[in-house]
Amino acid sequence: MSGNFEPTGAELLRFLPEIVLTLAATFLMVLEPLTDRGAKRALPAIALLGLVVALFSAIMAQAQPGLAFSGMIVVDGFTTFFRVLVIAIGILTILISTNYLRQEGSEGGEYYALLLFSIAGQCIMIAANELIILFIGLEASSIATYIMAGYLRDDKRNNEAALKYFLLGSFATAFLLYGIAWTYGLTGTTNLSRVREVLLSPASPDTFLISIAAGLMFVGFAFKVSAAPFQMWAPDVYQGAPAPVSGFMSAGPKAAAFAVLLRVFLTAFEPVKERWEPLLWWSALATMIIGNFAALRQGNIKRLLAYSSIAHAGYVMVAVTAHSEIGTTAAMFYLAAYALTNLGAFALVTHVARHNERYVEVNDFAGLGQRQPVTAALLTVFLLSLIGVPLTAGFFGKFYIFRAALDSNLVWLTILGLLNSALAAYYYLRIIVVMYMQPPSETEEDDLLPMSAGIQFTAWFTAAAVIVLGVYPSLVLDFAGRSAALLR
Amino acid sequence: MPDFSLPAAVPISWYLILSAVLFTLGIAGFLLRRSIITVFMSIELMLNAVNLTFVTFSYKLKAVDGHIFTFFVMVVAAAEAAVGLAIILTVFRNRSTLEIDEVNSLKL
Repeated sequence: MSGNFEPTGAELLRFLPEIVLTLAATFLMVLEPLTDRGAKRALPAIALLGLVVALFSAIMAQAQPGLAFSGMIVVDGFTTFFRVLVIAIGILTILISTNYLRQEGSEGGEYYALLLFSIAGQCIMIAANELIILFIGLEASSIATYIMAGYLRDDKRNNEAALKYFLLGSFATAFLLYGIAWTYGLTGTTNLSRVREVLLSPASPDTFLISIAAGLMFVGFAFKVSAAPFQMWAPDVYQGAPAPVSGFMSAGPKAAAFAVLLRVFLTAFEPVKERWEPLLWWSALATMIIGNFAALRQGNIKRLLAYSSIAHAGYVMVAVTAHSEIGTTAAMFYLAAYALTNLGAFALVTHVARHNERYVEVNDFAGLGQRQPVTAALLTVFLLSLIGVPLTAGFFGKFYIFRAALDSNLVWLTILGLLNSALAAYYYLRIIVVMYMQPPSETEEDDLLPMSAGIQFTAWFTAAAVIVLGVYPSLVLDFAGRSAALLR
Repeated sequence: MPDFSLPAAVPISWYLILSAVLFTLGIAGFLLRRSIITVFMSIELMLNAVNLTFVTFSYKLKAVDGHIFTFFVMVVAAAEAAVGLAIILTVFRNRSTLEIDEVNSLKL
């Protein structure tokens, strides 16, 4: 710790993505009241520009890895991987959202500003090397997402989703904070690497108390990644929130929360791993089972994807439980693959749902294979990736996760996980069957328009990425593997 | 005759127990109360219990960081309250109720 509080140029460069995102978001907020209704179309373009610049600065920051601001921020391969991922998620979310917002008549700059603030918060979380910074990033991300979940103020479903997300989210945050407070009290520091040093030193505090602190923090993280037993908010929120926002929530905040979960438990709390290992084991198993069994009985596609997202959080949890280098690599690859797949799926759900989200039942997808063959084919790609069929990214994601689990001798968890993913195939295949085998319903009043440009781009891009990663997983895996090693 | 005299200063553990009790009361309020506003206040109670814990540990460790953390927590709690009350307001406008059980149009 130097006494010099003037940040150096390298430190500022390491923090550049967050600076860019915050400036762009603030600029959008200032610009919003000054633009006429007709000029609002320029706002998403500005947001996109901000995200692209942030993407490049995240890559540039990787050229100068290291600590910043007295060790509060750390830029390593792990940080860069997740930063690039959440910023890319942001870009795709904007592309899905613009047409949706126009069609709902609530196009406004604040949506994009909130999205950028949320992503800035996620970047801070990911880069945090210190528990308080982590907390601030988490809250910046969450508070912005609470508003986005209830963005259409006059829609009752949106209100309810925002309320539930807000109440349960802040409840979880309180647990996380209480865990941070105890960690601080027991170790005298909130810096992750120093916490680890104290826990490894002979003067280590009582293991029982420190595992309670770790447990409290786990409650907070489990809420954010929708892992059992704290998953109950996810179905209601994903169902009630605007479809593009549900897609965003299932990708961005989840990836960021898993990133901090990995970082905190694999660095700071690694010395007490015997204590948290069983906790994560049971949580992983329960998350997979609850997600998959509940998804079997869902008629609403957004709700079905919410339960599916819980189940997928369970698979990533298996990789976290393995707490090995290849486990971390597998989790990173899986989160990237899952984010791409799910964003694509939600883009198409947004497209089919149309104005006021009237068509969000699985049965509304009947005959989609005839009505819009391209939409149906793309959705099939995403569903196959969610099942984990070979030649899609989902296959390699699951493959690496279960291989990592076997390497760490989690034999039962692997067997039960594989059984679970076999079960999951049923409800994904059901959607494909409905799309291709059932005739379109007769009562269709307004016809399905062609996809908007943004949705079209997102769907094609994510489908291509899902297949490319399914054939050449090493494109992402090599980088993930190198950065997972840095985490130690 | 037993010694009933109080210790010279309140021991650290009393503060920690008090904050644990406040935190538990917050959890109980969150889980048991049915009015949205009370549920929201329970969360604030939990956050204040955390603040008390921070200050206690900061005093015990003779380090100032814990005091600073409470300011961060307060600022974030204020931001959260602003957003939360706005969300509660929109719910009330659309449904004219603040009973949490009546906000259940999404399938369970």
